[in-house]
Amino acid sequence: MIDIGLGHYLTLGAVIFSIGVIGIFLNRKNIIVILMSIELILLAVNINLVAFSIYLGDLAGQVFTLFILTVAAAEAAIGLAIIVVYFRNSGTIRVEEIDKLKG
Amino acid sequence: MIAHAIFFYTFSIIAVVSAIMVTASKNTVHSVFFLILDFISISCLFIMIGAEFLGMIMLIVYVGAVAVLFLFVVMMLNVAQQKNQWFAGQQSSRHIPVGLIISTLIFFEIIIVIGGWKYKPEIFDINNSLSQTSISNTHSLGQILYTDYIHVFQISGMILLVAMVGAIVLTFRQRSGLKRQSYIKQISRERAEGVEVLEVQSNKGVKIDD
Repeated sequence: MIDIGLGHYLTLGAVIFSIGVIGIFLNRKNIIVILMSIELILLAVNINLVAFSIYLGDLAGQVFTLFILTVAAAEAAIGLAIIVVYFRNSGTIRVEEIDKLKG
Repeated sequence: MIAHAIFFYTFSIIAVVSAIMVTASKNTVHSVFFLILDFISISCLFIMIGAEFLGMIMLIVYVGAVAVLFLFVVMMLNVAQQKNQWFAGQQSSRHIPVGLIISTLIFFEIIIVIGGWKYKPEIFDINNSLSQTSISNTHSLGQILYTDYIHVFQISGMILLVAMVGAIVLTFRQRSGLKRQSYIKQISRERAEGVEVLEVQSNKGVKIDD
């Protein structure tokens, strides 16, 4: 309990990942919160990669965390642009009312 | 070691609580602020376990760019005003138990994997670059990022460029009825089409249609 090891960080990553999945499932407010949940999931992955990288003494994990950071930033920019365009066209970003594709 | 434990539990409890608040908060602006708090505490954890460069980059990229982008979009779309109207009709919540079940399932699967996971310490070379602390984390990351991973690094730069171009193209709106300056039209203008010599008779005006 006092001795912090790899398992503690992996558990923290698992908790944040599950909270992100819960956020995707439960959210009916707006799609921005779903994007934020995706950011939480990517953050959990980053925690796992950095913890393994530190405890195994291999820097490749941190390098890949950098690339995940890059992809997350790109994804947030594109996703928010799509949301802005959708809001401009249809006037709502409520998740329940986004059913133009009849999915 | 005790200080490490205290800091770990402090930051991880802050991170988990703020992650819960991101998904549970009714106001989207509050969700963005809790997301910022989450990123800050996780980057503190990164700095604590020795990945200083990534912790700082997390602060710069997430708190400085991504979270501000989220805040900007939330403010621009004016979601807060529509909130009351949205929550007026709170109806079927069939999806809530399904989501909770699936999420707890995923959580316990990951925990089982972690709990049963062991590695042999002798597989990995303990005396490698991370354990010798003569060079800093940033220095060693730079040494392998620009040599071994140079192609991946440049591809990630391309991804950022494509994302930037895509965001601009998506949100760009051509307004009609707007007078714009056209450089190519200005440059390619010639004397023949610009100047017209007219024979002006006295006591009569000249009509130039423009």
